[in-house]
Amino acid sequence: MNDFQVVADAVHKGDIKTAVAETQKALDKGADIQNFLDKALIATMDEVGERFSKGITFVPQMLRSAKTMQECMKLLAPFFQQGTVKSKGKVLIGTVKGDLHDIGKNLVAMMLEGAGFTITDMGVDIQPEKFVHKAQEIEPDIIAMSALLSTTMPSMPMTIEALDKAGIRDKVKVIIGGAPVTEKYAREIKADSYGSDAGASVNLAKSLLGLN
Amino acid sequence: MIIVGEMINASRASIKEAVEKQDADFIIRIAKEQIEAGVDYIDVNAGTFVEKETEYLCWLIETIQDAIDAPLCLDSPDPDALSEAVKICKGEPMINSISMEEGRLKRLLPTLVSRPCQVIALCMGRTSMPATTSERVKVGSELIRELTDNGIPLENIHVDPLIQPVSVDIRMGIAALEAISRIMHDFPGVNTICGLSNISFGLPKRHLINRNFLALAMSHGLSGAILDPTDKRLMSTLLSVNMLLGHDEYCENYIDAYQNDRLG
Repeated sequence: MNDFQVVADAVHKGDIKTAVAETQKALDKGADIQNFLDKALIATMDEVGERFSKGITFVPQMLRSAKTMQECMKLLAPFFQQGTVKSKGKVLIGTVKGDLHDIGKNLVAMMLEGAGFTITDMGVDIQPEKFVHKAQEIEPDIIAMSALLSTTMPSMPMTIEALDKAGIRDKVKVIIGGAPVTEKYAREIKADSYGSDAGASVNLAKSLLGLN
Repeated sequence: MIIVGEMINASRASIKEAVEKQDADFIIRIAKEQIEAGVDYIDVNAGTFVEKETEYLCWLIETIQDAIDAPLCLDSPDPDALSEAVKICKGEPMINSISMEEGRLKRLLPTLVSRPCQVIALCMGRTSMPATTSERVKVGSELIRELTDNGIPLENIHVDPLIQPVSVDIRMGIAALEAISRIMHDFPGVNTICGLSNISFGLPKRHLINRNFLALAMSHGLSGAILDPTDKRLMSTLLSVNMLLGHDEYCENYIDAYQNDRLG
């Protein structure tokens, strides 16, 4: 049992009130912030993601835990700004041009955030040029694209091409997902990887950045 | 109830394989099974093939219609694939689907008015997925007006309220149900239709949720469903609810199903 078990349990259960109160307590006591983030929050969300991928826990439970973690993270925000704690990496995420589906994209964003990544969520119907401009601005480690329709999947290679033209393709890892998207498609369009669900995308992001 | 059988969809591994191998017998068998289970339309979807979608969709249509005389529901988000499919489809096809998303309705309108067909109008917004009842009703009403203004009779329009998972937002079930009620009330003569599986995404025992949702949707006026007709328990729910709502004179279909051992 680690020192932060109460917070970890509360995040697991999605008990926002307890999680936030206990986080505040830990901060007041002068806990090592990086250690707290890793053990109380990220490790718990890792477990939640794993249980989700295995079909033991379900979307509402995962959302609840993620929401609880987000509330705790608000208390930690100042430490990120000071540089006391570090993000695992920056992820730029969005649903591609012509596609308005956001459920899967939101789940992936939430789980990546839970795993300690910093997320910039561009929303839906994102043109390739918009991905490029935002990428130039924030210099993400990973660009994550979602498509739910066979008709909008071609926006993925278009975006990759646009990154290429802008000369930044080799500076980012590109991951893709969505119901009609496959591993094979990822290879065909020269994306770096494919994620089958929100839990899997976390492992993917970590391994692409050599964090596993 | 108008029942559309959803089994011939290339997102299912067995269908994908059959399409790739051009295994006509397998496709015909699945089509016949669905007809025997009581569907009014057989849905055909080759969406997972992307570049080859139109070619494979047309192959599915020809394969099925060469073997049996069955109305088809042509299923693609791609207006061009649908236009090609309509050209070769016999009878009066159902088109699945149009929406207010950019280009989707405009590009398909000439095809829709070129011959009699049934049209599924999906309540997808222009810039986002609808969340509330009123957003769904607004988009649905707009679609109905566009279609009827272009000469498509109300009776040929099937509004799909766009079902989203309750696992992500607990209000999504009731929002869709109330949208069905309001659309059926505001446009007498129009139809409503939906798939059932989106409602249960992210939850365990999805079949249980799906068939209870079907019962609720029917009680809110739903007049059609896209479903797996070989799911005996689901079809039993449909038959019994249809009877309870007063649509099965002398309980004929329900009893008939029982006497032919089709109730699960």
